[in-house]
Amino acid sequence: MIDIAGAAVDLGGVRVVDGVDLHVPVGTWTMLIGPNGAGKSTLLRAVAGLVEHTGTARVDGIDLATLGARARARLLALVPQDPLLPPEMTVNEYTLLGRTAHLGFLGRTGARDTDVAREATARLGLTGLADRALGSMSGGERQRAVLARALAQQAPVLLLDEPTTSLDVGRQQEVLDLVATLQTERGLTVLGAMHDLTLAGQYADRLALIDGGSVIAYGPPEQVLVEPLIAHHYRARVRVEHIDGAPVVLPARAASPKAASPKAALPR
Amino acid sequence: MTGSNPTNATSAETGAGPVTQADVGGRIASRSVLWRWMLAGFAALIAAVLAGLALGPAGISPATIGSDLLGRLPWLGLGAPMSQLDSTVVWELRAPRVALGVLVGATLAVAGGSYQAVFRNPLADPYLLGVAAGAGLGATAAIAYVGVATAWLPLAAFGGAVVAVVAAYALGRSVSGGRSTTSLILAGVAVAAFLSAVQTFVLQQNSENVRPVYAWLLGRLSTSGWSDVTVIAPYVIGSLIVLLGHRKVLDVLRVGDDEATSLGVSVTRVRLVVVAVATLGTAAAVSVSGLIGFVGVVVPHVVRLMAGANYRLVLPLSLLFGASFLCMADVLARTVLSPAELPIGVVTACVGAPFLAVVLRRVRGGDT
Repeated sequence: MIDIAGAAVDLGGVRVVDGVDLHVPVGTWTMLIGPNGAGKSTLLRAVAGLVEHTGTARVDGIDLATLGARARARLLALVPQDPLLPPEMTVNEYTLLGRTAHLGFLGRTGARDTDVAREATARLGLTGLADRALGSMSGGERQRAVLARALAQQAPVLLLDEPTTSLDVGRQQEVLDLVATLQTERGLTVLGAMHDLTLAGQYADRLALIDGGSVIAYGPPEQVLVEPLIAHHYRARVRVEHIDGAPVVLPARAASPKAASPKAALPR
Repeated sequence: MTGSNPTNATSAETGAGPVTQADVGGRIASRSVLWRWMLAGFAALIAAVLAGLALGPAGISPATIGSDLLGRLPWLGLGAPMSQLDSTVVWELRAPRVALGVLVGATLAVAGGSYQAVFRNPLADPYLLGVAAGAGLGATAAIAYVGVATAWLPLAAFGGAVVAVVAAYALGRSVSGGRSTTSLILAGVAVAAFLSAVQTFVLQQNSENVRPVYAWLLGRLSTSGWSDVTVIAPYVIGSLIVLLGHRKVLDVLRVGDDEATSLGVSVTRVRLVVVAVATLGTAAAVSVSGLIGFVGVVVPHVVRLMAGANYRLVLPLSLLFGASFLCMADVLARTVLSPAELPIGVVTACVGAPFLAVVLRRVRGGDT
């Protein structure tokens, strides 16, 4: 579904993404993981057409570079890291923005657009909040509004740039559960970037570990979330446990004179 | 929030209600808000136009004018024509001023609202990219050095305005490739400051023969009959149509350049088109009316405070209220010190500033 070949991005003379090849099969969920500055977000933004890049990115065999903004928006919906939400805009109006690339002659909003937007708000449990201003909503509700907008775009590919930063653990699970449900319901292909390794491993079908702008490892979570890889590329001290077969990445404090205290020792 | 209304509040409170009900309620509510405000805007415009035709130093009664208007309608056989003198005053002196006020006020307000949208900056006004400074220098230089007749002043002002904005846009683009609005605004500030300085120099060097420029700089709607109106009408009306056509896209820009792009909007192209068209309209308007300040910033803001920040509503309402505001300001300008005239820029600021303060206090006060 998504085929990235030889993608490279230079920002301010620095090569941030350096020859990435990645194939995301249709209907699957791939999460990009990697340390800060690895190039995850930049790669996502390149696919979304927000930064200039070399190499090719194809969706369904179509070279995205050949598409205008409108045609691209019908293929890819982006949930940005830090969405700008006009405080006085209502959820309804905001969700309708997702229809921008579908609007007809002279930007007329048709009955189909309002239907799709209404269905998207309902699917994310925002019906009762449809006329609420975005500025009056909680972080979790806002993130659901952003997802509703992306859903209203009716694109087969969903790009998630750190969708759960600034949410508490419950809201994080809620948002990811919603994405997982939508993905199965509508057969979406999802490409995301995320910092929380454990959550990424629990929800994604595949993980791509990126460091220095290149893909270091790509495969199912249990192949990528292994201690040597994570420790080396994040320069972190971690332990990887498995709960019900799913890898759980635990940060561990360095051995120090205090290591004798029970607090520092992780249970085996 | 701004533009809150009872229906919205109710549907938000009954949040647990069934899907369709709440949503349909919301849609109907926003439609009725739209039409209520549009009606208010049209009413204000009609009132302002009638006041502009009826009020003035010549003291022609509204009844006489009404009767003359009726008399012009075919087949009815009603009303009586005015005297030749009254007819000239109303249709050759006042009517062109009213028409000019409507066109200039609508253009400045809509251009201001559009600039605020594409720059996502509430203080943006139509003069942001140097239109006023360019037009001022063009007019000043033409009078001081070329010694052109006052009739050609608009053309010189228009040329100066376009040159200034093209320079500012080119400078801003060369820095950021059109991706950053800040560099564009700074480029406008730089160009405007430079041109203003040059203009001050020219004025100082030619203080004897630049008197006509001062009147123009302060802004005035006194016209040489219908010719000024017909000269700027095509530019102004064309730019109004294009800008109003962009009102939905401007709503998409409210979520930021990146997201607007990912929603399918070619942001750089939209910004270029809106800036170019708004500038062209503004340049045409100020070339005849002079530098009327305040309308471009205040009218869109008052509209936002009253009716909400939705550009689908802000642009058409700015058109209606901007036109009525400038029309009324002109009525004040020519009646307060009658038979002398106040510069209209003085009136727009003196009336507009307190009005903005009242609306600001009332809306923000009621909100919190």
